[in-house]
Order: sequence, then structure tokens, then C-alpha cells
Amino acid sequence: MPDESFVGRSLPAAGPFQVGREKIREFAAAIGDTSPLSRDLDAARAAGHPDLVAPPTFSTTFTMPLIEAFLRDPDFGWDYTRMVHGDQRITFHRAIHGGDELFTTIHVDELRTRAGSHMLTLRCEVADAEGAPVATTSSLLVTQA
Amino acid sequence: MSTPPNPAAVQKGDELPPLRVHLTRTDLVRYAGASGDFNPIHWSDRVAGVAGLPGVIAHGMLTMAVAGRVVTDWIGDASLVRSYGTRFTRPVVVPDDDTGALVEFTGTVADVTGSDGVRVARIDVKALFEGKSVLGRATAEVVLPD
Repeated sequence: MPDESFVGRSLPAAGPFQVGREKIREFAAAIGDTSPLSRDLDAARAAGHPDLVAPPTFSTTFTMPLIEAFLRDPDFGWDYTRMVHGDQRITFHRAIHGGDELFTTIHVDELRTRAGSHMLTLRCEVADAEGAPVATTSSLLVTQA
Repeated sequence: MSTPPNPAAVQKGDELPPLRVHLTRTDLVRYAGASGDFNPIHWSDRVAGVAGLPGVIAHGMLTMAVAGRVVTDWIGDASLVRSYGTRFTRPVVVPDDDTGALVEFTGTVADVTGSDGVRVARIDVKALFEGKSVLGRATAEVVLPD
């Protein structure tokens, strides 16, 4: 049984996650994204970007491992082995670029139990080294009650 | 990929170029490494079976990422995407063969709105696997360049 006292709380900010060019290229290749902006530095700069541009779902590379670490923490009491991903939303305050140093804060927004399932909404606020918002992600995760 | 010929002419009802993608076990392993999501339901038939699944399934985030290519291939610049979200309504079961699972993606301009001189297109994306939708309410908001 997940610990409901976590609801409304946030975890300490994690980071910095250094966004490497090769990680952007690796992620783009893994999803079949052939955009020059995510692979070719000259093309990205010619288009007015400071560095390679990450594909839209790139933030999962650093948010999901943090979410997994939280959900595997026995203190929270979540059954990670039976978890499925129900819903994912990402709001971009700006694009993620190569060279960014990003900090992620997980917020435990909601926990509901219905029809034999626990449904957990975790929000990640991603900010840059200056504290400016970069992305807000919201994940609905479901596991058997 | 291609930038829309004339972003100013983008209007509700426009169809984006569709994508047909075969997701194979190799794709799942590559995505696991690139994303850091090593949940064994995405590579182990044994663990997938214990979890009650019919077999190894694709990462929902991989399906979401490939669906996002419908939008970014069309607009040509991922930095123009303001928001992107979906529900994962059905698993994509990926067989251990050379063909993989065929997923067919389409996108439609559902709406175009403007404020402060910035035009934003809302794109509805659909993803079909074995004739059934695997993403629900998949929607991206994209700034249309001047």
C-alpha cells in the first residue's frame, strides 16, 4: 500500500543532469528522428539554436530514472514490478539543448485507488542552472492494489 | 522531414504526412539504452508473462516518441512544440522476429488559434496497432513559424 502521506510533497531537486550532444544523438537515433537539428551542430546553429535540439520526449531520459528510484524506495510502498504507464503530458517552456544543465524536482500530485488499481500522478518540474523553467512533465502511473 | 510549405496557410483539417514504423526487439533494446528505462517487460518474455502481458511490449514512451515524429517531421523544428501528451490505452506487443510490430501513425490539424501574433496549431495524432488505437487523446501544440 503506497504511503499517502507523500501526496502533496516534493522531493529534493536532483541534478545537474548534463545534456550531452551524444545523448541527444543517441536518443534521436533510438526513436528514428532524422531531424538535422538533433544531429548536426552546424545545422542547429544555422537555424538559430545554441546547440543540438533534443526531441520532445527527451526529458524522459533523466526524469524516468528519478521516478523509478522514488517508486522503488520501500518507504513509498509502490509495486514497481506491476506498474504500467497510463498517461504522459509534457509542457515545454523552452527546448532542451546540448550543454544544458538541468535540475528536476518530483512533486507527488495525486494518489487514487479505484477498481483494484493505485493511480499515481507525479509531476516533474525541470529547470535550468539559473532556475528558469524548462519543462513540466506529468506522469500517471498505475499499479495493482 | 520537411517544413510545411507555408505555415501561414496551415488550417484546421490539414493532414500531416503519415508514418508506418515496424518496432522490433532491437528497437526496444536500443530505446531502453537511450532512455534508461530497463523495465524487463520491454525485453524479457518471462517477466512480461509474469506481469500478465501477452509478451514483450514496447515502451509507451517509445510509441509516444515515434508518434511525435509525425509532428516534428512536419514542422521541421522540435523547439516549436509547446506541449505534447497522450494516454497509453493499449500495449504494442512486439514479437521476437525480424518484422516486429507495425504501428501506423497519422496526424491532423485539429485547431489553429492565435494570440499576441503567435499562431498555434493543435495536432491530434493517432497510432494504430493491429487496427486498434494504442494512444488516446495524443495531442501536440505547435507554434507555427512566421
